[in-house]
Amino acid sequence: MSDENLPATTARDHTPVGVDEPLGNPGLEPHQWRPTDVDPKAEKRAERQVAGLFGLAMLGAVLFVVCYIVFKIGDDPDTFGNLAASNVSLGVCLAVTLLAMGAGIIQWARKLMGDHEIVEMRHSASSSQEDREATVSILKTGLEESGLGRRPLIRNTLLGAGGLLGIIPIVMLRDLGPLPGDKLDHTIWDMDTWNAEEQAWWATQNRTLQRVVRDVVGTPIKAVDLEIGDLVNAEPEILFAVQDNEPVVEGTQLLVAKSKAAVILHRMLPSDITSAQTLNWSVDGIVCYSKICTHVGCPISLNERTTHHLLCPCHQSTFDLADSGRVLFGPAARALPQLQLTVDDEGYLAAKQDFTEPVGPSFWERG
Amino acid sequence: MRLLNRPLGRLSRHRRGPVAGLLVLVLGLLLTGGLYAAFSPAQAHDDNSAAQVKQGRELFLVGCSFCHGVNGEGVKTLDGNQLGPSLAGVGAAAVDFQVGTGRMPAVQPGAQIPDKPTSYTDEEIAALAAYVATLGPGPAIPNESDWSLDGLTEAERQAAISRGGQIFLTNCTACHNFEGSGGAMPQGGYAPKIRGVPPKYVFEAMLTGPQAMDNFSNGNLSVEEKRDIIAYLQSLQENPGYGGFGLGGLGPVSEGLFAWLVGIGGLVGVAVWIAAHTARTTKKKAEA
Repeated sequence: MSDENLPATTARDHTPVGVDEPLGNPGLEPHQWRPTDVDPKAEKRAERQVAGLFGLAMLGAVLFVVCYIVFKIGDDPDTFGNLAASNVSLGVCLAVTLLAMGAGIIQWARKLMGDHEIVEMRHSASSSQEDREATVSILKTGLEESGLGRRPLIRNTLLGAGGLLGIIPIVMLRDLGPLPGDKLDHTIWDMDTWNAEEQAWWATQNRTLQRVVRDVVGTPIKAVDLEIGDLVNAEPEILFAVQDNEPVVEGTQLLVAKSKAAVILHRMLPSDITSAQTLNWSVDGIVCYSKICTHVGCPISLNERTTHHLLCPCHQSTFDLADSGRVLFGPAARALPQLQLTVDDEGYLAAKQDFTEPVGPSFWERG
Repeated sequence: MRLLNRPLGRLSRHRRGPVAGLLVLVLGLLLTGGLYAAFSPAQAHDDNSAAQVKQGRELFLVGCSFCHGVNGEGVKTLDGNQLGPSLAGVGAAAVDFQVGTGRMPAVQPGAQIPDKPTSYTDEEIAALAAYVATLGPGPAIPNESDWSLDGLTEAERQAAISRGGQIFLTNCTACHNFEGSGGAMPQGGYAPKIRGVPPKYVFEAMLTGPQAMDNFSNGNLSVEEKRDIIAYLQSLQENPGYGGFGLGGLGPVSEGLFAWLVGIGGLVGVAVWIAAHTARTTKKKAEA
């Protein structure tokens, strides 16, 4: 592009000569007042509104105390319709009080408090040149006087002390342990892991196989009890064992054992079973699987009898009970462990052996 | 003693009367029949006659046979899917549940057949149930005595409710939610809400495992255990909502929606009201 099409300029500089600023500084806009500032009626109204809101807050607080005293709680509480009167009224009163106070304060600030416009000029973010020089000289003096450069022994021992200080929290990480060892590889289905008390109880039973019993009620299950499509939430019988009127397994130990050993039984047509192992480990179409999802360990029993798909409600992992607990969908990485089922001498369903792999989510040592 | 003996003496005088033999025979028959009726296995309805089965078969041919086959043997579609399953062995309880809650006859096949107002009268449902019960042995319609808590002391009732709660939380909550509000299932299905469903249908659903639901037959959960579950569900119904509005008992989804829409919406409303009334004016202050 050549210059010939541009308007001619009087000088090389594009700024017109003789004009300091193209537009004069317009200054600030004249201040616009709020209606409450210029209209005494509006001001009075706003004042009444704020006072009204604060009054409402007072009323809510008083009602709160009244409701607290008046409404009965406990086993036979007062009700509004089908709602517990005390909780509902306390909640509503407190909400009204807080909301009215908050709204009142904002309304007050917006309408009645001082209406000044404030201009705050920006300034440079960096410090002044003198300040910077002074700081550098202080640092230099400090370095010289401490002698860090001249006394390497002191410098190195200080570094050593700092480094060793850092080791202390690392060593204390040990308290996160000890490592679980092989505890996660077994459940209470494995009778070899039982303690003396449990062994003593088992000695009184004169049986060789541990039964699979209904959860909550602890009753043993016969294969004929179950129809096609039945789902039973079950546990090992040791968890319901009682000796000398004392449960054999109790407290934290019971909770831990229960959370690892919980199983589900599902009866389907043997012809529906697609995997040879599942068929071998079943009894007349009754299969037994760990109830603990292999993803993050949620208990699962959302089963569909039509498809034999078991769904975990936490992250939608879906397992095929007809096919070795294979993962059909979802984040679970491992098939659901199957428990080898058999029938004991008296015809009750029992576990042939412990799970052959750790149940529940994967962990570091499992590999 | 004399007062007590007198009627016996009077009766004894008539023991050789002309109608005595007949009377004893009638009383004996009534007693036997009554005892049989009281202790025999529960039937679909009192009247389980051939006439009722015949009526049921006629209703079945009109209303059910298109999907379930003219003999209830089930119908497969051309691509091998099941249109209507075989009804052999589903029992009267399944018919009473499916037809009584309006799920059957279905409007169309699909992921799940919803419940709707029932299309048959009680008498017709009983006839259909009686007919389907003849197709194969299956669970009969339960009696009210199976789930009723009548005759229990207050302590026994409380024990039944708390045991029922534990059984419910172990076996039912996975699909039906911790207070029976229902929930979503795979492939477009859902577990329906079971709070407020008549106890008979809850009992029958456990007994027969409708649609994709698992069975909880009497060998799985005994009749008493089912009764306890129903007692727990009813106690949920009767208990006031201690925490205020339950919002369907669906947990964080409905509660979060309420907080966002009503709670934060309310705050926004207040903020809009405050801001709208603080518009500036062109008027000047009198003294300015």
